[in-house]
Amino acid sequence: MNRRRFIQQTTATAALAGISGFGLQAFSSSTAKKITILHTNDVHSHIDPFGPNDGRNANKGGVARRATLVEQIRKENPNTLLFDAGDIFQGTPYFNYYGGELEFKLMSMLKYDGATIGNHDFDNGIDGLYGQLPHAKFDFISANYDFSNTVLDTHVRPYKIFFVDGIKIGVFGLGIKLEGLVDKKLYKETVYLDPIETAQEMTTILKTDKSCDLVICLSHLGYHYKNAPNRVSDLILAKATKHIDLIIGGHTHTFLPKPTIEKNSENNNVMVNQVGAYGLYLGRIDFYFSPGRDVSSEGATILV
Amino acid sequence: MALKQLSLILLAGLILSCNNGHHVTKIEGKRIEVNPEIPADSTIEAFIKPYHDHLNKDLDSIISYAPMTYAKTDGELNTAIGNLMADAVYSQCNPIFKKRTGKDIDFVLLNYGGIRSVIPQGNITTRTAYEIMPFENAVVVTELKGAQVQDLLRYLSIAKRAHPISQQLQLTLNERYEVISATLNGNAIVLDKSYFVATNDYLFNGGDKMSFFQQNEGVYPLNYKVRNVLIDYFKKTDTLTSKKDNRFIRVAP
Repeated sequence: MNRRRFIQQTTATAALAGISGFGLQAFSSSTAKKITILHTNDVHSHIDPFGPNDGRNANKGGVARRATLVEQIRKENPNTLLFDAGDIFQGTPYFNYYGGELEFKLMSMLKYDGATIGNHDFDNGIDGLYGQLPHAKFDFISANYDFSNTVLDTHVRPYKIFFVDGIKIGVFGLGIKLEGLVDKKLYKETVYLDPIETAQEMTTILKTDKSCDLVICLSHLGYHYKNAPNRVSDLILAKATKHIDLIIGGHTHTFLPKPTIEKNSENNNVMVNQVGAYGLYLGRIDFYFSPGRDVSSEGATILV
Repeated sequence: MALKQLSLILLAGLILSCNNGHHVTKIEGKRIEVNPEIPADSTIEAFIKPYHDHLNKDLDSIISYAPMTYAKTDGELNTAIGNLMADAVYSQCNPIFKKRTGKDIDFVLLNYGGIRSVIPQGNITTRTAYEIMPFENAVVVTELKGAQVQDLLRYLSIAKRAHPISQQLQLTLNERYEVISATLNGNAIVLDKSYFVATNDYLFNGGDKMSFFQQNEGVYPLNYKVRNVLIDYFKKTDTLTSKKDNRFIRVAP
């Protein structure tokens, strides 16, 4: 496939979609499929939009606007999933007053499909997080926190497989090391497992055993640590593993203007994305599928 | 052998067919800004409203009065707002610490960077406390030997910033920012004596490079958030009276 022609086609389609509104599928072929992944991270209890005097964030963000955006995109493509990469809690008095209840209720109303757990989600202790779970109608997905000896045992799943329009999507979660970042009194007997080893285990399950068409990692490891380049991060995770198609990141509040493309251990592309913080942006990744095995030598065309 | 080969081929075929469902031909990735051009969803807005209204009613309740505007940039090595915060931590926390341990806090150290907002002249509300201290940090009291207190003082002299200290400590630097006098309640600091220093958990854990807390003789978390210290202090203080003073100064040659 000629890359330039593809870009032109896409631009034309996008322009057309702009004119005719929603409901236009980018691919008319009955066998080709499109899955849209939407994502947020580090929303930190930012429910209301920023006020007019909030500097560079002025008048941006807000859950009610995000709801409109998500609904529009779902109308355009019903085959859409919405995820969060952790640190839902902490940052505005909404959290201090209501303990995360409103955050979870709103995410449920927006029909989030899953979230991983960030360090600040322990800010009211593991019991505080557990206590809010009844308000969340979506799953918490985290593979490298062993909660066996905590109240969260059986309430967090290592991975979840979504079937969307015949496409099998495996999603697993990874959290950051809590020691030194969160008081032990808060996370209690949560055991931290090596994220790279856990990712290898998860991708073996999701790709080899469960034959997922797409593997997504919800990560709260952080994008990259300039001053500690060997500290495990999304970029290191992408390079050290195989079979991950997309890493949805968080923790470092990295405002990526566009997703990063890394090469995995088998020299295949991995997309890494993170949309900063506070609900100022919504990440959108569209995956286009064709039936059967990939016969091209170049793999998928990536437009970012 | 033939059977083994056949089963291998079958296995390979099985794996291929399993992975054969669909393959990705194209990926498009971007971010969408959440800006005022996107209309708010009215259902979501209506759902938020009672939470929002209750919260704001409480946050806007008046709990004290500031006769002037207090900013952390108002002085070189001590400021009215820093003195207010350190002294508030002392007066709110010492009775709790004393009740639990029978001992007194010797002094309080906070950090300049931890003062996240000014206190504007006029009514002080609960929201003011959230603006000054948006983080959840709580007060911890740590037991330090005099030698570590000396390290703490050296840190303050090198930092050249108005890190808040409570009024029990009197620290004087010369024009080259060297410590020339340091007393606690008027007494010299004794190297092998134990002192109880209150700070917040962020600094205790090495925040702002305050590494001297690592060599401690014990730690007593009070489970009292710095923000709540401020709210409680404001509630019992009709009008703020804190001033810049001489607790931490540099003297001319």
